[in-house]
Amino acid sequence: MEADAAKLIGAGLAAIGMIGAGIGVGNVWSSYISAIARNPASKEEIGANIWIGFAVTEAIALFALIVALIALFA
Amino acid sequence: MASTGHTDAAHAAAAHGAEAAAHADKVIDPLHQFHIYSILDIQIAGFDISFTNSSLWMVIAAVVGYFIMTFGMRKAELVPGRMQNVSEMLYGIVAGMIRDNVGDEGKKYFPIVFTLFLFVLFGNVLGMIPGSFTFTSHLIVTFAMASVIFIVVTVIGIARHGTHFLRLFFPEGAPAWTAVILVPIELVSYLSRPISLSVRLFANMMVGHTLLKVLGGFAILMGAAGVLPIALLVGITALEFLVAALQAYVFTILTCIYLHDAIHLH
Repeated sequence: MEADAAKLIGAGLAAIGMIGAGIGVGNVWSSYISAIARNPASKEEIGANIWIGFAVTEAIALFALIVALIALFA
Repeated sequence: MASTGHTDAAHAAAAHGAEAAAHADKVIDPLHQFHIYSILDIQIAGFDISFTNSSLWMVIAAVVGYFIMTFGMRKAELVPGRMQNVSEMLYGIVAGMIRDNVGDEGKKYFPIVFTLFLFVLFGNVLGMIPGSFTFTSHLIVTFAMASVIFIVVTVIGIARHGTHFLRLFFPEGAPAWTAVILVPIELVSYLSRPISLSVRLFANMMVGHTLLKVLGGFAILMGAAGVLPIALLVGITALEFLVAALQAYVFTILTCIYLHDAIHLH
């Protein structure tokens, strides 16, 4: 197999790892909405924390993307 | 004969494709924006400490941060005007972070946390200016910052607790036999903190800017139909502004959480 083809296949496979992060990010907001539905008064208090959860979960997606980019360009 | 003809055509097509891709790479290169070049060559004792475009934008971020804070507070009134509101909001965000996450003992660490926050925030946001350089999109920069935070937090923990600091890796209330598996896990997760902290910021910035340039490249290549990538680009640019501010916030709040762990040992 040529190196270029292997790079593209490797990058594609590495990007599959972002599925988990997609589910995780969806979970953050789904639990936020459930929590507000149960207790509307806690909106601001929880609302400050969802962004931390989103960023930390998104980081995992970006780790997978970095592996894909390394496979493609290095 | 037919099979060799087919492979010859396939080779020619592959070569042409590679050539076209190489030609396209020379004209449209999404990774060119991360290139570091020196503006002022300084060599001392074999070490290359030139003033590069990365250093230039670090200086610009520091200067902009300084002037925003000082201009806001020049005429400090009880009911803040617009500029003073900006300074007070920036101060309030970080002060709230430290108060909520580290507690009262964290007040003495406010200067370094605030400096970190402003540096990363202005580094990210100034990188959104077209033609500028995002110095946080280089792993060495974010890794340097994250290593400093890691070492400082560990030293603070050891200075405060001495050898009792090792209690951090063995949560109280767990039965003694679980220590065999818990301590390595806790140790590895503690040592992975500078890596995750640095790679999170670096990856977000690099991927965001690469995406912007790739979409821009599509807009150029598609000619008249390039309006569609440009429409997407508007949305992605808004997302990138959010990510720039959010990553600065997350970097700082994780620093506060690590400080909390070191000071209060869970």
